Amino acid sequence: MERRIADAAEISRMFTRMAHELLELNHGPNQLVVLGIPTRGCAVASRLAEEIKKIEKVDVPVGTLDITMYRDDLRRHPTREARRSDIPVDVNERVVVLADDVLYSGRTVASAFDALKDLGRPAAIRLVELVDRGHHQLPIAADIVGKTVQTAADEHVRVRLHETDGYDAIEIGRN
Amino acid sequence: MKYLISDVQLVSGEHTDLFVAEGSFRDPADASGDVTRIDASGLIALPGLVDLHTHLREPGREDAETIASGTKAAARGGYTCVHAMANTDPVADTAEAVEHVLEVGLAEGSAQVVPVGAVSKGLEGQELAELGLMARSKARTRFFSDDGKCVADSLLMRRALSYVTAFDGVIAQHSQDPRLAGAGACCHESEWSGRLGLPGWPAQAESVIVARDVQLAELTGARLHVCHVSTAESVEVIRWAKKRGIRVTAEATPHHLYLDVSNVEGYDTTYKVNPPLATNEHIEAVREALADGTIDAVATDHAPHNPQDKDHPFDVALPGMLGLEQSLAVVMETMLNPGRITWETLAERMSYAPARIGQVANQGRALAVGEPANLVLVDPSARATVDKNASLSRSRNNPYHGRELPDPVVLTMWAGDVTYGR
Amino acid sequence: MRHLLGTKDLSKEEALAILDLAEDMAQVQHRQVKKLPALRGRTIVNAFFEDSTRTRTSFEIAGKWLSADTINVSAKGSSVSKGESLRDTMLTLDAMGVDAFVIRHPSSGAAKQVSGWVGAHVINAGDGQHEHPTQALLDAFSMRHHFAKIGNPGFEGKRVAIVGDLLHSRVVRSNVYLLSKLGAEVVLVAPPTLMPAGVENWPVTTAYDFDSVISELDVAMMLRVQRERMAGGFFPTPREYSDAYGLTLERLRRLKEGAAICHPGPMNRGVEISSAASDSAASLVFDQVASGVAVRMSVLYTLLGGEEGIRE
Repeated sequence: MERRIADAAEISRMFTRMAHELLELNHGPNQLVVLGIPTRGCAVASRLAEEIKKIEKVDVPVGTLDITMYRDDLRRHPTREARRSDIPVDVNERVVVLADDVLYSGRTVASAFDALKDLGRPAAIRLVELVDRGHHQLPIAADIVGKTVQTAADEHVRVRLHETDGYDAIEIGRN
Repeated sequence: MKYLISDVQLVSGEHTDLFVAEGSFRDPADASGDVTRIDASGLIALPGLVDLHTHLREPGREDAETIASGTKAAARGGYTCVHAMANTDPVADTAEAVEHVLEVGLAEGSAQVVPVGAVSKGLEGQELAELGLMARSKARTRFFSDDGKCVADSLLMRRALSYVTAFDGVIAQHSQDPRLAGAGACCHESEWSGRLGLPGWPAQAESVIVARDVQLAELTGARLHVCHVSTAESVEVIRWAKKRGIRVTAEATPHHLYLDVSNVEGYDTTYKVNPPLATNEHIEAVREALADGTIDAVATDHAPHNPQDKDHPFDVALPGMLGLEQSLAVVMETMLNPGRITWETLAERMSYAPARIGQVANQGRALAVGEPANLVLVDPSARATVDKNASLSRSRNNPYHGRELPDPVVLTMWAGDVTYGR
Repeated sequence: MRHLLGTKDLSKEEALAILDLAEDMAQVQHRQVKKLPALRGRTIVNAFFEDSTRTRTSFEIAGKWLSADTINVSAKGSSVSKGESLRDTMLTLDAMGVDAFVIRHPSSGAAKQVSGWVGAHVINAGDGQHEHPTQALLDAFSMRHHFAKIGNPGFEGKRVAIVGDLLHSRVVRSNVYLLSKLGAEVVLVAPPTLMPAGVENWPVTTAYDFDSVISELDVAMMLRVQRERMAGGFFPTPREYSDAYGLTLERLRRLKEGAAICHPGPMNRGVEISSAASDSAASLVFDQVASGVAVRMSVLYTLLGGEEGIRE
């Protein structure tokens, strides 16, 4: 049984606000490159770029950073299918914005740092999360968060985006 | 020891009692005193089996088999006589060498050991071995073979055949054209060799040698014995030669009656053997020839090998597989039980004929008063799953491991002594 | 997947998954830091019982780029008379805690045999005249790229000729199984003396006359002809062989537009392939080499990347 805690309109407003916050943090769109972490991070990344374009009238490069090979739990599961990384520009001296849907343990983000390190040396790395549900296991915090949600450990948070799920929503439920 | 074997069925179907004393069959009416009684009701008595083709590995490779261990395995398989092949180390190519095998056999054997002499010195196919000296030795060798190697040189083969006619010897040929089936050849040339990438051994590598040899036998008037016939083409040549009156005999192995080339799919070197396992059409031809007498005898080509000679890539591992303990079982499974031969024919192919071909006077005799007491008691219905580790051989290269087969041998008696019993 | 012994036992889906992952792996070649941490702490032994600089180097780079520890062991071929058995050699290495063996051996079936003895994963890097699955996968990878580049993607309906010493080639079996699974039509071209036994039961057509098929090919894969085969009487002279089965300048001109040329290497220029052909725009020869590393990374990751990769 899942409970909806945000609908499409609220999510749309979150992206608008996050784009503004990001532009403010970065003093404009210069040097930005947004990399989504598959699966839903890719949709988060492209929506963020759309919002930036509405505000600044510029195209920020958008890409994909697959972190499968960098996961610290690779050996705890059957061989994971890796996805394609698509890095549109040289990340050296760029401001890389990592986009993901839910911040939980923080391990995905840590793996993403490792993956980025092998691609070059960005000037800065910023983290954008649509939801921060707490229970971090690593000293990692997002720079920009769409919605902070108090959860119990036995709950799960599902981000639904129409690119992957056909509709926009944030849902919470018991395992 | 005296034995009274009661209510046993003979191959003719007749039921009788057999009395054994001092190594021979005696009149059961004379059975008295200290007699061991064996109730053989439900069992069939066959004359002790005779193997024309056994590798006992002694001298030279006693780690793989000895005369003692090999003849124990023979006894368990129902054999009372084995022909010990000459490819030992040193090669049995002198009178002294064949006499040594004879003497060890008499001292330690659980079956009669008939030494086979080499045709050529060192099996090298270059010069004749001392065939006459072997024939006149205590071993009285009449059966000569370079087995494992083919006497490929036509002229040497002609001379060998011709020479042994002086003492009515026989040349037993391992038919393998060394060019058509060269050093690496290890898989019956077929879809299997092509698919598995194993160097192919065409059926004709055997039959062209058989065709040559039967004509040389005709030329010299000599006796030729064709070892381990494995192909339809060889069968046809032998059939033709016999019709023509050429003095040729032939043997087939249990594995060529039962196992097909598909067994090599996993590259298990247990199934590497020369000649290689063939396709079903060849197996069928060999079965038919054994049934109609074109192939005279079953011979095991029992070839013990230790892991250090088998745990190699398929084309490198040594060829050969065990056979003594399951030979009768396989002949029952493939020939007798399907109704292709009778018990009488089975006794002919596994005892009478091989004794005649090897000229072993006291083997392959009827179970009759006055004859040497060589026999095997058979339970025709017992079956078991073969366990290679339960073997009396020193080696474990048993291709029947894990297969469910007849388990016929209840008791084997050689010259009045029980050499195996369960 | 526990072992990769051949393409015969590989499903179409497994093969496509390896090829897809290889696309990702190929990206690593163009990065500053050519390294992924996926196989950190894994030990891969390249056990080569036969020299092959190209294949060994390719596997070694693939392993290193995935952060595995790769060790090369060169050993003489097995022999009954001297030295230890193949089984003892491999069990000795296995006892050191190896995670995977990449095996090259002059005898057919060696990789399969080893897979039954050791606890580690086994990857067949060429066994005798049997299979060489990673070569076939990299050939398919190069072909797939080529088909996409010329705007005619996919293997369905493509005609691939494999020309040359089919009898002694480990590449041909792996390619026949893989390409036919992927939907291509394979035609084998060789003199009758170099056709494998039972080829009529393979999923291929055959031809003795190269010229009869050349103009309809999408890919001509030329196999190396070893000069020692001449001694075996398989064909009279290299000149005669080249005349009938070489990809000469004349035959190069008869290839249709967009057709590609493959060669698993090393090439005998002037025998099975002319320099005009190997250096032409249609040649994928050096793409094949580059693809090799990506495909082998993909295979290593597929076998060793997850929990199945952990030794029992």
